[in-house]
Amino acid sequence: MAIKTEEMVLNMGPQHPSTHGVLRLELKLDGELITGVTPHIGYLHRCFEKHCEAMTYPQVVPYTDRMDYLAAMYNNFGYVTAVEKLMGIEVPERVEYIRIIMGELQRIASHMVAVGTYGLDIGAFTPFLYLFRDREKILSLFEKTCGARLLYNYMWIGGVSHDLHPDFLRLTKEFIDYFRPNIKELNNLLTFNKIFIERTANVGILPADVAVNYGMTGPNLRASGIKYDLRKDEPYSIYDRFDFDVPIGDGRHGTIGDCWDRYYMRVLEMEESLKIIEQAIEQIPDGDVHSAIPKRIKPPAGSIYHRVENPRGELGYFIISDGSLNPFRVKVRPPSFVSLELMDELCKGHLVADVVAILGSIDIVLGEVDR
Amino acid sequence: MYDIILDFTGNEILSMFISAALPLFMFILPFALVAVLAERKVSAFMQDRLGPTRVGPKGLLQTVADILKLFQKEDIVASNADKKLFNLAPILVFAGSFAVFAAIPFSGAYIGTFADVGIFFVVAISSLVVAGILMAGWASNNKYSLLGAVRSAAQIISYEIPTALVILSLVMLAGTLNLYELTEMQTEYFWNWYIFGGPATGIQKILLIPFMIVGFIILYISTLAEVNRTPFDIPEAESELVAGYHTEYSGMKFAIFFLAEYANMFAVSAIVATLFFGGFQSPFGYLGDLFGVEWLIPIEQFGWFTVKGLFFVFVQMWLRWTLPRLRVDQLMTMCWKYMIPYAFVNLIIIGIISLI
Repeated sequence: MAIKTEEMVLNMGPQHPSTHGVLRLELKLDGELITGVTPHIGYLHRCFEKHCEAMTYPQVVPYTDRMDYLAAMYNNFGYVTAVEKLMGIEVPERVEYIRIIMGELQRIASHMVAVGTYGLDIGAFTPFLYLFRDREKILSLFEKTCGARLLYNYMWIGGVSHDLHPDFLRLTKEFIDYFRPNIKELNNLLTFNKIFIERTANVGILPADVAVNYGMTGPNLRASGIKYDLRKDEPYSIYDRFDFDVPIGDGRHGTIGDCWDRYYMRVLEMEESLKIIEQAIEQIPDGDVHSAIPKRIKPPAGSIYHRVENPRGELGYFIISDGSLNPFRVKVRPPSFVSLELMDELCKGHLVADVVAILGSIDIVLGEVDR
Repeated sequence: MYDIILDFTGNEILSMFISAALPLFMFILPFALVAVLAERKVSAFMQDRLGPTRVGPKGLLQTVADILKLFQKEDIVASNADKKLFNLAPILVFAGSFAVFAAIPFSGAYIGTFADVGIFFVVAISSLVVAGILMAGWASNNKYSLLGAVRSAAQIISYEIPTALVILSLVMLAGTLNLYELTEMQTEYFWNWYIFGGPATGIQKILLIPFMIVGFIILYISTLAEVNRTPFDIPEAESELVAGYHTEYSGMKFAIFFLAEYANMFAVSAIVATLFFGGFQSPFGYLGDLFGVEWLIPIEQFGWFTVKGLFFVFVQMWLRWTLPRLRVDQLMTMCWKYMIPYAFVNLIIIGIISLI
């Protein structure tokens, strides 16, 4: 006799420990096997883009902080460079260097959260707390510079809000020396742990062509074996002056583009960012960080699309100016949103436990997905 | 112990109740209080944190405060839950893990029951937990609970096989199922412990040692799985199933599940200690013997037993805060493809060696 079975629909979230914010995943289950995933987003929608139309250009900067709250510094970076490009402002050298240092520190901090919470999703609690301990040090550096620990509003159009604290460069060097061995510790504790590899290798494989078709960017794309990094391929700011590698996934423990590769990209990128910061500290010139800030920010009529390599991928700002004090339209191309689209593709045929592993590996921030 | 209480009270039923309740109030409850705090302190130590510090001196009263809080909580039963099963489940789970203590020899002077089938009783009665967990998962009428319960049932039943096989190999060597007698065989010095080949002598002992170590590792891993601890905490995998089978429970019912978990942790550690590490036997003689103080010996034995049990509990905590969690199919693969064959081979080899 054939046993009658039916599909079970399981709602994962919006209140669930591992949805990384407020996301609802509608899972269609055949036993524990996934037959379909539908992400339902919008729980954090705050009308960012519409709000911008009522704000002046500098007033938009704090809004960008609140999009991807784990990489607030880099969101500022993207927005202010877009507006500067629209207005044709040349910022002083020192500002460029400060922005790079801050941006890369932010990238490390963001990857720390990504890697740490990923461990938590897989069930390893301790690496998460080790990384958060280290992240506190980066946040303290930010606090010393601009007074805020999470939402900075640090980068202004044409400059930055405060010059570096006199101790900043020394403390950053100390942080680099402190953090390098900790990456090794993390690798011993989590990355090369047999159970961790078992859980993540060969899970949620993203082939390169699918990744490109969906418009995946950032570490997720590089894990699939495509060497694409805006910092190298379309250098903005002064990234062309630094020597660093772009790590790509090699399928060391499974197939290229699996969860382990995506995870390991972030670990490797932390090291590359440390390299960039070290070089930037060596080269940073003196200067006035406020000298290029325009008195009146009123870009000429026109539009611009400017993109930067955010910790999560390609963050693009499309700004239309009608020549007034307020932007006519600000559209953001969020990397997390694009990554989330792939959930269904990646999860099919895996188990419920793998949904958590896959969702963690694409590293989304719901604030940015919903805006 | 029963006899002493019988002398004291003169009432058979009353003294039976007292001797049954003794481990609960004298041991399991205080142990759970200490272990929950210890778990938090151990994890804090491993994770570079402080852990609880506010309640009482150095946070020592944290668990007491937690339990008081749980007492005050509203007892919520979901509207579509099966009330009878829902209420029965925590009791059954606790009964299962508590009944195990009846056969565990705490010291030469105290053992709940001198049952001749001691270890068999332990294996059998601890399966009661599965029924309770399935009941909880089903009655909650929650998909996460159900998934957790089904996983848990599959896991516990599967891992009972390697456990039983390893226990069988020991029973074969010792020729007894009685845990007290098993302990007595490992008396005097630590090289008489079964991990070092037990009371066997000569070439046989040397041959036994590696297989005993393999047996111990298999037993310890499967006991971890049986008490749902990391890396096998799949039934209550927080990041996947919220809290597994006890997602819908609140207040004291949740506390009972919690208590059962900790009682179970000690129970399996005690079994491991009894089978392989001499149970309540001291590794090197007793102070009581040295000074000729007769009554000191059972107390020392109790002390050794607790130390050994707590050591394995500590190892469980250590593993929990170090390792990630396996996936449910990997867990089954590990059990059926690796541990059961190894345990079988181990059993056969030990059988052959014991014939030498």
